[in-house]
Amino acid sequence: MISGTYDNTIETPDHRQPLVLGHETLGSATATICRVNESPRPPMAWTVAFIISALGATMFVTLIGYLIATGVGVWGNMHPVMWGFPIVNFVFWVGIGHAGTLISAILFLFRQKWRTAINRFAEAMTIFAVICAGSFPGIHIGRVWAAYWLFPIPNQMEMWPQFRSPLLWDVFAVGTYFTVSLVFWYMGMVPDIATLRDRSNTKMKAMLYGIFSLGWRGSMRHWHRYERAYLLLAALATPLVLSVHSVVSFDFAVSQLPGWHTTIFPPYFVAGAIFGGFAMVQTLAVPARSIWGLQDFITMRHLENMNKIILLTGSLVGFAYGMEFFIAWYSGSKLELFTFINRATGQYAWAYWIMIFCNVVSPQVFWFKKMRTNLVVMFIVAMLVNCGMWFERFVIVITSLAQDFLPSSWGYFKPSWVDVCMLIGSFGLFMTLFLLFIRFLPVIAISEVKSVMPAADPHHGHGHGHGGHGMEHSHEAHASAVMSGSSSHGA
Amino acid sequence: MAHEMTATPKAKEPTRMFGMFAEFETPGAILEAAKKVREAGYKWWDCNVPFPVHGLDKAMGVRPTILPLLVFGGGLTGTLLAIALQVFTNSTNLSFWALVPVHGYPFLVSGKPFISGPAFVPVAFELTVLLASLTSFGAMMLLNGLPRHYHPVLKSPKMARATDDRFYLVIEARDPKYSPTKTAEFLKTLRPLQVSEMEA
Repeated sequence: MISGTYDNTIETPDHRQPLVLGHETLGSATATICRVNESPRPPMAWTVAFIISALGATMFVTLIGYLIATGVGVWGNMHPVMWGFPIVNFVFWVGIGHAGTLISAILFLFRQKWRTAINRFAEAMTIFAVICAGSFPGIHIGRVWAAYWLFPIPNQMEMWPQFRSPLLWDVFAVGTYFTVSLVFWYMGMVPDIATLRDRSNTKMKAMLYGIFSLGWRGSMRHWHRYERAYLLLAALATPLVLSVHSVVSFDFAVSQLPGWHTTIFPPYFVAGAIFGGFAMVQTLAVPARSIWGLQDFITMRHLENMNKIILLTGSLVGFAYGMEFFIAWYSGSKLELFTFINRATGQYAWAYWIMIFCNVVSPQVFWFKKMRTNLVVMFIVAMLVNCGMWFERFVIVITSLAQDFLPSSWGYFKPSWVDVCMLIGSFGLFMTLFLLFIRFLPVIAISEVKSVMPAADPHHGHGHGHGGHGMEHSHEAHASAVMSGSSSHGA
Repeated sequence: MAHEMTATPKAKEPTRMFGMFAEFETPGAILEAAKKVREAGYKWWDCNVPFPVHGLDKAMGVRPTILPLLVFGGGLTGTLLAIALQVFTNSTNLSFWALVPVHGYPFLVSGKPFISGPAFVPVAFELTVLLASLTSFGAMMLLNGLPRHYHPVLKSPKMARATDDRFYLVIEARDPKYSPTKTAEFLKTLRPLQVSEMEA
């Protein structure tokens, strides 16, 4: 048994470090993870957080009602900045939504087994972030009752959307991303909901978990197709993740506006989205693992790995900031060069330097292992990155619009109180959904975590460690299983 | 009655029985047991396990699924549908009747050709991924016969740990080789924790 205090962040070239600490048996792993849902009362921290979040969500919904009843004039959007906070928030939340499917799809294809402890978490975060993201363009269109114009629905006006517009590509990209992420999340959860169903102690729970587990009974013939379907979904979701923020960046890059009209946008947006998404996973995982005692599953090694990704993507983003400047100068376009110098020194310089400090400077502490494995440091950096990524979108959207081609139309964007409260409210909505998820659904992919435990390996023997009869016994079984799988049956 | 749907007329034993299960403690044990059951010539049998045990499907002789082909079909449908949708709505003035009259409308936007290939790529890509993904989930459920909220495995309280930490091998009564006594004896030679009959 590996003690829960074992340091699995040390690199050991001769063997792989364990991904689950403090648990030898499969049963104890199930019990610990299910305790999050099965404890009769949620922890105090959950209740407090839920009340605050629910108030925030209520404020968000109320303000949407106020906005629809009054008109978009309640926002600070004003000529020349017509995109304002709603689009900043939209791009911010869509970006957050990228880590989930990245962890579930890309890390799955790369066989990064450490993803199993955090993928469920991150996928749920994706769904909720995309819900927050989708609500902003939804209300930004002004006449909300005409939102169906976004979709190619035959209508009485015989009117179609314009398929050459990046804004319409966005509708399809974000819509597809939401649907596919939801399917991926739900499908991964079906066997775990079945676990909760089989452990449930009340009729109500048994019925509800029973309905949503779709009658999953762990049949190996089912698992066979399930694994294939999961692999295919991962393979489909991988290019999808990369496409979604690329398409979001087209909203900007396809326009002619200096500061937006650049070819670096798609890769730069994707790197930024992964960066911001991982920071949000870290923001949620660091407190949650302590509150619900999940340190044996979301181990320091997991957190350290995520910090390495934050360092990498943060540096990529920093490189992109520098490259934008280089191209602005190298292109010889006076307007481009003006826009970038203006970003760093003009009226929005404060936002630009907050962005640089949070996104490029602060993650650099992760070059040091002591910092990568310090919970307080990683939480602070994650918060800074969340903040910095919001400011990145603010810088992109606002600075380019506020000072465009015609100096006589230049202006300074000021958000209204509705703008600020809606931003706060969207965090409330996000956290409310997330806290409900933690309380009622399996937070960690139980069946996947079990499959990376040593006890799950048919080589492992009969649960009594290595050596002895049990060991040889199952070695033989495994070898013959592999044999019958390959075509050589002679052995 | 449920048994009328599951039990074949050939079954000789009490008709209310679905079959028999053997419980194992480790993945290694069920892997070896599955191999022996397959060698013994049983056809209607399955393993109920809490996670996909590596190599168990191969040991059971589960044939490769046609799922990838269906997913490919789903993706191809998405691509074609997206191209047809965009070309019809934005590039032609064809009309047809589909519940309501639908007319294409050739948009001329910033001098782009009516059929703007590159501009139609993103939507075609997204719909391809969308339909392929939905097919992947839908076909998996369909081929697995899910959702199915009643099943003898779910009914048996002794098998509740199939989604927790135990590994079950179930031989169904409709198997031609099934016999309540001989199958039980055979399963016991595989050194399970317990062997028990299951109601239908």
